[in-house]
Amino acid sequence: MTTKFTPDHEYIRVEGSTGTVGITPYAQEALGDIVFVELPEVGKVLKKGDEAAVVESVKAASEIYAPVAGTVTEVNQELSGNPGLINADPEAGGWIYKITIADAAEIETLLDSDAYAELTL
Amino acid sequence: MSMNNQGRPTGTGTSGFAATSGSALLPNEPLLFEIGDTEHSGVDLPDVTISGDRLRGFERKTPLDLAGLTEPEAMRHYVRLSRLNHSIDSGMYPLGSCTMKHNPRLNEKMARLPGFSDIHPLQPVSTVQGALELMNELSHWLMTLTNTAAVALTPKAGAHGELLGMMAIKAAQEAAGQSHRKIVLVPESAHGTNPATAAFLGYTVKPVPAREDGTVDVEAVKAALSPDVAAIMLTNPNTCGLFEPQVIEIAAAVHEAGAFFYCDGANFNAIMGVVRPGDLGIDAMHINLHKTFSTPHGGGGPGAGPVVLSEALAPFAPVPFVRKGEKSLELVEHAEAQALGRVTAFHGQMGMYVRALTYMLSHGGDGLAQAAEDAVLNANYIKARLSHVFSVPFPDYPTMHEALFDDSFLEGTGVTTLDFAKALIDEGFHPMTMYFPLVVHGAMLIEPTESESKQTLDRFCDVMEELAQDAKAGNRERFTAAPMKAPRRRLDETRAARQPVLKWERPEETLKAAE
Amino acid sequence: MRYLPHSPAERSEMLGVIGAADIDALFSAVPARALKSIDLRLPAHSPEFLVEAHMRALAAKNRSGADGPFFVGAGAYRHHVPATVDHLIQRSEWLTAYTPYQPEISQGTLQMLFEFQTQVAKLTGMDVANASLYDGSTGTAEAVLMARRITKRPKIVLSGGLHPHYRDVVKAYLKDDADLECLTASPEGQGDILDHIDEQTAAIVIQTPDFYGHLRNLRTAADAAHAKGALLIVVITEVVSLGLLEAPGALGADIVVAEGQSIGNALNFGGPYLGLLATRKEFIRQMPGRICGETVDAEGQRGFVLTLSTREQHIRREKATSNICTNSGLCALAFSIHMALLGEAGFTRLARLNHANACKLADALAAVPGVEVLNTTFFNEMTIRTSQPAAALIERLAMRGILGGVPVSRLEPDDPSVSNLIVLAATELTTDADIAALCAALAEELA
Repeated sequence: MTTKFTPDHEYIRVEGSTGTVGITPYAQEALGDIVFVELPEVGKVLKKGDEAAVVESVKAASEIYAPVAGTVTEVNQELSGNPGLINADPEAGGWIYKITIADAAEIETLLDSDAYAELTL
Repeated sequence: MSMNNQGRPTGTGTSGFAATSGSALLPNEPLLFEIGDTEHSGVDLPDVTISGDRLRGFERKTPLDLAGLTEPEAMRHYVRLSRLNHSIDSGMYPLGSCTMKHNPRLNEKMARLPGFSDIHPLQPVSTVQGALELMNELSHWLMTLTNTAAVALTPKAGAHGELLGMMAIKAAQEAAGQSHRKIVLVPESAHGTNPATAAFLGYTVKPVPAREDGTVDVEAVKAALSPDVAAIMLTNPNTCGLFEPQVIEIAAAVHEAGAFFYCDGANFNAIMGVVRPGDLGIDAMHINLHKTFSTPHGGGGPGAGPVVLSEALAPFAPVPFVRKGEKSLELVEHAEAQALGRVTAFHGQMGMYVRALTYMLSHGGDGLAQAAEDAVLNANYIKARLSHVFSVPFPDYPTMHEALFDDSFLEGTGVTTLDFAKALIDEGFHPMTMYFPLVVHGAMLIEPTESESKQTLDRFCDVMEELAQDAKAGNRERFTAAPMKAPRRRLDETRAARQPVLKWERPEETLKAAE
Repeated sequence: MRYLPHSPAERSEMLGVIGAADIDALFSAVPARALKSIDLRLPAHSPEFLVEAHMRALAAKNRSGADGPFFVGAGAYRHHVPATVDHLIQRSEWLTAYTPYQPEISQGTLQMLFEFQTQVAKLTGMDVANASLYDGSTGTAEAVLMARRITKRPKIVLSGGLHPHYRDVVKAYLKDDADLECLTASPEGQGDILDHIDEQTAAIVIQTPDFYGHLRNLRTAADAAHAKGALLIVVITEVVSLGLLEAPGALGADIVVAEGQSIGNALNFGGPYLGLLATRKEFIRQMPGRICGETVDAEGQRGFVLTLSTREQHIRREKATSNICTNSGLCALAFSIHMALLGEAGFTRLARLNHANACKLADALAAVPGVEVLNTTFFNEMTIRTSQPAAALIERLAMRGILGGVPVSRLEPDDPSVSNLIVLAATELTTDADIAALCAALAEELA
């Protein structure tokens, strides 16, 4: 199991051919209290960089892009009633959606945790 | 970002609410539904019996459940509520890009003449010749002040005018066989309505970067222009309060490339009677009658956003418009060949036309120019008085009618722009516009307008200086806890957005919903 | 100049502080050839009494509603507005406040909007309402766009009973859109919209009472729309009708748009008016315009804020639900005060009075030779067919001092089948004498 990052502050946790996508603790801190999450539809086919979801805070709305290409297999329904999970626990309970990874090679183009940490210094 | 999630339950519908705190002259006021009931009424009407009704089974079965108040109760409810508002009449309202100037009461009196207020938009045109004459006269003033060929009066607000102006541009491009032009250039500093409008009409928005000095570079525009560009949307004076020095060159380059120049006229107050936008090469510009021409903001509308059009766009104006007939004025209500049709029912915001024309006649051409100059003078005065304390992001040009500062003076104080602005409330001023334009970090945009006296400006500047010193001195609490003297402390916006409560419900309904 | 506080001496002093030689120095960024380039030849400033005289002269050239019998409706209605309403909305704190972006010092406006939203939700029988839109016509266009966002389907069908101006506004908003279907005018109240619903349909738009005054069957329409996964948008131009007619929300409406002018707002030659928009709870985030919500302040006291603003243009920019920036705040205030004064009891009596007068009008018109009343159902408005062309007839009535309604041809000039039709309304202000005068004049003209 590895976790990779995008420069747009999404993470993807890779388990076999499935990836779990969310936003980083840094991103949730910058956005402030999340009040709403627009989730993708299960079955939606995404290209790398496609808009997959939207998270809204009181003053901002941010698109969540697909870190890699794939098909959405599951979304975190908990977020509909409790969007604050992203603030409380962005990397576990606050995950946003799961995706089957179409091309494993794309994972390698993403940042590892050290490179991401450097980016957000 | 969270302000307070630990507040006690809201007390919606609890009878004890009216008894909670509030000072002598600012009592807490319960909701209408907590004081009224379905039996009380403040309007005397006979209870008629209807013989042979024509409702045929369409009668209401669901109870209305609308609370009513008698006249004295209603008077008190709305007077008490009104006291919880800041207003231009009670204090300075230096909101950048909003032009909160004095609203003359003559305007209100004129709008209420039955000859204007009690006429129907669809009564015979022969019976409303004075109304058409008024529309004609207002059009004359707007075209003269802007040096343009036509004006569409009907848009209901600035954003609506902007939509209409861009529709006219789209129609003109299509008529010229240029439907492939799918790009609209919008400078980064633009007001949010600009990209929203362009996107709404199916255009792709291409941002144009601003120069270091806060203005748009003609070379950057030229680089962005292509045979696919339909128009540029440019605010001038721009949202940083600066007049675009290369605006004529930008217009020429845009026209050269076969595109149109839409000018956002939100800041026309700085130049009315002094600079005619038509001389700068604009093709369309909306004018906010509720900003520049003093029609009241009314707590958020109604506005009015007439659009002036260049000769090239005039044939694409929407209906209705007034035309001189042989014997009388005519109202053209149906689209001719190229026009884009109708953007609102009836003839637009007549009530606002009356107020705006009254304002124009009161000022005259000389008074409007003087007002613009005073607005610019006031903004420069604030900038001059405060620039030793506050940082000016774009010092190269004199400002127009707004003074723009950034938040670098707050560095290391732990006070944000928002905190600073909220502290102004405790000093009796409405905060300035904050965090806009987006191109400036922690922006504070101050628009005093021509209505403020030197005395008021001095007091405002004194307070601003004192607050800045206090922030730097480390008195953080004064800012983070502000406002402390307003009818409410800071409100929990996170809670409002996470669990939206958008209407009052009876306590028992709320309980049921919670189960 | 009475509105400008500075004396010449103060101006000089201020220029001194700025360090500018003269006022033109502050306009140095303006290209020289564009600065005060020409004498505008506009009149000079003027004292109040002269401005007033000028405006009064213009107003005197118009015939106002109180000048004689008045039956003009068709989307704007002449009702009585209590004196209290106009007094209150002219209070400085209501009139000269801005949009309530600083909630701590705008609780008056915000609480009023929360009350307004509640009133609109109750009237329409819907879950939620917004803080108002420009007017009913633009509100209809916004509702259509909202239905497309919700269903992600393209097709919109407009009923033939929709106000022609509303139809034209929707057409302009959806320019060149092949997925917009406008059914032909239906002055007899014939309903054919149900056959046009398919799997691509986002919404059908039905007005009731419709433009010609007929009451439309919403329940059947809702069932037919929902069966195909489409939404029902209900448009109401006479909001007083809701005092007698069933709430659209109880009949299956998904979005309700109404023109709120009738309550609290004068005719004003067509504006400013007040758009009402209400919908189901699940569509809140697709709703255009401003919305006010309840919350608490830092001390736990109940308060109100504008909320869900991330849908709006100043944050979403090109991804906003709409480019709307203002609502119709002061008109919403007038509506809310008038509605509070009426209450359920008063509003119901008002609606009954309107309907009673309309019944009298219909009965009287039916007895005039050369006049045929087309409606079997109506609230306070109806359509008649006359034995002579309507436009000229209305002009002749006006010369007799009677504003006798709207010739349909004024709104539908390309449809010869409507040239003898007139739409007329009665309200609580219509008297028996007005009706008698109209019928007598019609009888003479049509004889």
